[in-house]
Amino acid sequence: MAFRNYILVCGGTACESIKSEQIYQNLITACKEHGIADEVQIVKTGCFGFCEQGPIVKVLPEDAFYVKVKPEDAADIIAEHVVKGRQVERLLYDKKSSTRHARVEDIQFYQKQFRIVLRNCGFIDPESIDEYIAREGYQALERALFEMTSEEIIEELRNSGLRGRGGAGFPTWMKWNFTRQAKNDIKYVVCNADEGDPGAYMDRSTLEGDPHSVLEAMTICGKTIGAHKGYIYIRAEYPLAINRLEIAMKQAREYGLLGTDILGSGFDFDIEIRLGAGAFVCGEETALLQSIEGKRGMPQPRPPFPAIKGLWGKPTVINNVETWANIPVIISRGASWFSKIGTSDSKGTKVFALTGKIRNSGLVEVPMGTTLRDIIFDIGGGIAGNKKFKAVQTGGPSGGVLTEEYLDTPIDFGSLVKAGSMMGSGGMIVMDEDDCIVDVAKFYLDFSVDESCGKCAPCRIGGKSLARILEKITKGNGTLQDITTMEAIGEAMKKGSLCALGQTTPNPILSTLDHFRDEYLAHIVDKKCPAGKCKDLISYWILEDKCTGCTVCGRKCPVGAITGARKEVHVIDQNACTQCGVCYEVCRFDAIEIR
Amino acid sequence: MSTVNIKINGNPVEVSEGTTILHAARQAGYKIPTLCYHDDLVPFGSCGLCIVKQEGSSKIIRACAAAAFEGMSIITHDPELFEVRKTILEMILSTHPSSCLTCIRNGECELQDLAAEFGIREQPFEVRLSDRPKDTSSASIVLDPEKCIKCGRCVQVCQDLQGVFALEFIGRGDETIMAPAAMLKLEDSPCVRCGQCVVHCPVGAIYEKDEIAAFREAINDPDKQVVVQIAPSIRVGLSESFGLPAGTVTTKKIYTALRKLGAVAIHDTNFGADLTIMEEGSELVGRLTNGGALPQLTSCCPAWVDYIEKYYPDLLEYVSSAKSPMQMVGAVQKTFYAEQMKIDPAKMFTVAIMPCTAKKYETVRDESMYSSGFQDVDLVLTTREFARLIKSSGIDFLSLEEEEADNPLGEYSGAGTIFGATGGVMEAAVRTAYHVVTGKELENVDIETVRGLDEVKKGVVDFDGTPVRVAVVHGLSHIAELLDEVREAKAKGEQAPYDFIEVMACRGGCIAGGGQPYGATDILRKERAAGLYADDKNSETRCSHHNESIIKLYDQFLEKPLSDKAHHLLHTTYAKRPSYKA
Repeated sequence: MAFRNYILVCGGTACESIKSEQIYQNLITACKEHGIADEVQIVKTGCFGFCEQGPIVKVLPEDAFYVKVKPEDAADIIAEHVVKGRQVERLLYDKKSSTRHARVEDIQFYQKQFRIVLRNCGFIDPESIDEYIAREGYQALERALFEMTSEEIIEELRNSGLRGRGGAGFPTWMKWNFTRQAKNDIKYVVCNADEGDPGAYMDRSTLEGDPHSVLEAMTICGKTIGAHKGYIYIRAEYPLAINRLEIAMKQAREYGLLGTDILGSGFDFDIEIRLGAGAFVCGEETALLQSIEGKRGMPQPRPPFPAIKGLWGKPTVINNVETWANIPVIISRGASWFSKIGTSDSKGTKVFALTGKIRNSGLVEVPMGTTLRDIIFDIGGGIAGNKKFKAVQTGGPSGGVLTEEYLDTPIDFGSLVKAGSMMGSGGMIVMDEDDCIVDVAKFYLDFSVDESCGKCAPCRIGGKSLARILEKITKGNGTLQDITTMEAIGEAMKKGSLCALGQTTPNPILSTLDHFRDEYLAHIVDKKCPAGKCKDLISYWILEDKCTGCTVCGRKCPVGAITGARKEVHVIDQNACTQCGVCYEVCRFDAIEIR
Repeated sequence: MSTVNIKINGNPVEVSEGTTILHAARQAGYKIPTLCYHDDLVPFGSCGLCIVKQEGSSKIIRACAAAAFEGMSIITHDPELFEVRKTILEMILSTHPSSCLTCIRNGECELQDLAAEFGIREQPFEVRLSDRPKDTSSASIVLDPEKCIKCGRCVQVCQDLQGVFALEFIGRGDETIMAPAAMLKLEDSPCVRCGQCVVHCPVGAIYEKDEIAAFREAINDPDKQVVVQIAPSIRVGLSESFGLPAGTVTTKKIYTALRKLGAVAIHDTNFGADLTIMEEGSELVGRLTNGGALPQLTSCCPAWVDYIEKYYPDLLEYVSSAKSPMQMVGAVQKTFYAEQMKIDPAKMFTVAIMPCTAKKYETVRDESMYSSGFQDVDLVLTTREFARLIKSSGIDFLSLEEEEADNPLGEYSGAGTIFGATGGVMEAAVRTAYHVVTGKELENVDIETVRGLDEVKKGVVDFDGTPVRVAVVHGLSHIAELLDEVREAKAKGEQAPYDFIEVMACRGGCIAGGGQPYGATDILRKERAAGLYADDKNSETRCSHHNESIIKLYDQFLEKPLSDKAHHLLHTTYAKRPSYKA
């Protein structure tokens, strides 16, 4: 039976953390109160992507896009919109383009996006296999099992041009083909869901919003390479994704889409979930496999590659969540459809977690070849607070920063590397003029150093040495020799570290040294932090001509460093000041200056 | 086996399929520097020094782990690789103390050698040293975290080669250390003191407890009479410390050196080995004929005994009650020999020169190690300590005359000699047990099936119509599969598939024990074992039961194998021990 309204409530982790579950419950209660529980279907979906505006509630068929909804708003949505047919104006997103009642697709945030990986996120109930099936789900598996040979599947992948979305961009068909050709009775399929880049959450959202797409893809891979067992390695910090995966696996088994004799084809394949304890390095494929085996998660030398010698020494295909999510679409719609999207070197789309000093932060899926400018200024809405764009960091702690001159770089694997950064898994953090580049480099470096497994000498010792040098520079104790030393260590780490984590740890430093050497020199030679971030290099001063003597700064100063009578110019005792910046924040007259 | 053709720095070389680039380069005459790689271990890839380049590729690969494949062209040395390797070495040195002069590995350190080869003259990086204290809890082994370069060899050895899991990686990143789980002391861990971590450590981070000072003190004490024994494998092991080729037998120079050092009597543990065969062989014959618990497991290796007491305490009934040859000699020295020579055993100081760190612990293992009424063996020095002792005592070892040991505890058969190599105890036991069971002598005493470096050697020996199923294991990680079979058979009340199993904790046996000179690989193991087998072949007596001094010892003192007296002095008992003392 058809419903008069469908209400989609975002059930992603971000919206759940701001009470979307309560909104969902309240909507149900309100429907019951109005006696229309049978006429309205309320669905908790995966992430809509527009996390900046969450929690999001979408009402169909009117396509009303309600943002920043609070649990108490649920009653109005039902009473006004559903019962009386009047959209709740105060909750509608200001779609700018035309009227406030325009379609969701008209929202600027979504306009340049193209959704393959996130195709079902925000549309279906991820806990319902029927909804997945209703949107072409498991058709690809059926094709793969009954209509295609392994060779044909690999050929399809090859023609699609799909490259691994985990960071390195290795052609997926080659991985599968190596494993298929490896002679062994036992082979494995592994899903790398150990997402760990700071600020990145596309894999989590995919699994939360569309878990079946990954299960379907892994099963297709199993049939292609001759594997009967798959593992999803997911960090324990993703309880919602784990829960939805478990539900999805259970449903798939009940429907005969997972387990023994899948769809009566005689092919057996099952999947097990393995929880990671949150070590970033376990996202590195060989370390991940060690961890599945119950060993300490430490990378292994490659070659031999997992395709030949992987889990328990057996040939193993290991792909990232986003890569998997592309597979069913490629199989069901065909390589020729997929390969039309993107650039010559990179096909399809890429999901980015857009964060930082950006107006519209959220999950963004764009065709390869979209420029950084499109993402940051059109989709992202530009820099928040009318500040000036300074740089964008792509590729997470392994990547590099790109400056304004690279904004028109089309995003694909090759171009980003050429520009001095990398695709990585899809973190994209925007910085404005208030960000100190040395401090940013230090942030990423400290992250990598904390997450180094400690196995190989270049990463273990080099990373720590770099971190100590940066610490010295931000404290005003740097020397010019430090730059040379950092470059020497960086080179040795790039070439001598065992895994990509160590090889890329120096990237944030090397790339910021490339683009912002002056800022390093300011710290080292002038002992100044131009962005006013590094506490040891700045001091706060009260401007006599602007200070009104309002006394707010004096009252807020946590160490009592500011003195001055009411309506008289205040003074900061530089010896007592701890550079906490509270005075700067509370002054309403711009009377505090950072020097 | 198929081969592949590759180029190393432009030089064509043909290697067998699966050969790593590291070994292919060696074959082509190029030495790629390594610090974590060891021929005994699975390539680990932690040091980063073995990086090489492949022509036509920008990727840098680790030569230790990557196999050579057809048509590959490898560059092992160029200015870029030199710079990277040198920087990595400098980084490692920035976390390693420069106290080489006072280090136990001075002159024998792989890191020191590399620093010299690379001509490192200054320290460009900030020096950061660990301030963790040494772990001196073990009677055998000292851990010094300050010197550890975290190459991971010790952990690999302890877990993969030995299956002991006493050492783990703890912490991560810059905080990573190698230590027992939960930061326990080594003595409270499952450590069996085999010392394989010691001989595999490239630097001075793990070493034997040095007890040379105790030896000097005893020698210089007018009230003490120092009586010495040397283990079978010392005669082939020590030579390397004096620059001789591996496998060179220097038994009689060793006797001379000991006499010059001031020992009043020089005995040979080989005599004890012959005695062990009489006791253990008789025990085996007893178990075979009287329906005793089979298989009988050998008991001469203290690390192995420690292992079974910790990991398979339910199978202790299978372990031969015979003490190790060293302990037997000690017990006889302080009783029979002391009586004969009219030495007050209270004043006798018994020293054993051993290839082993576990032997230091064995001397005080339990009360049966005091069977003479005193501590039967007072001091154990490893081969390495012995070499340092000789050198520091001004003895020019190579030019020493050859002298004889002191009888009766100096006479031995070739069977006693081969105790030092894997399979040797089995072979020696078969030579004598055959005689005890059949009353006949073996025509051919060379039992080749139990020799060599195969990890598990199985065979059936024909005792004149009675098949005896034997197995020989070395490297503790391989014993579990056999013990599991025994355990399973026991649970089912069935006969186990073996009658006699020899176990030596260290790969290759005592010739590559934890107290032997550094650098043992399978090449060296074969050479050292070959030395022992050649010495056996050249012996007048090749079976323990033909050793005249052994026969006399029974006639004059012990009566017969397994007599009450023999039981008191030469046998021991076993007990379950906790793996972790929390």
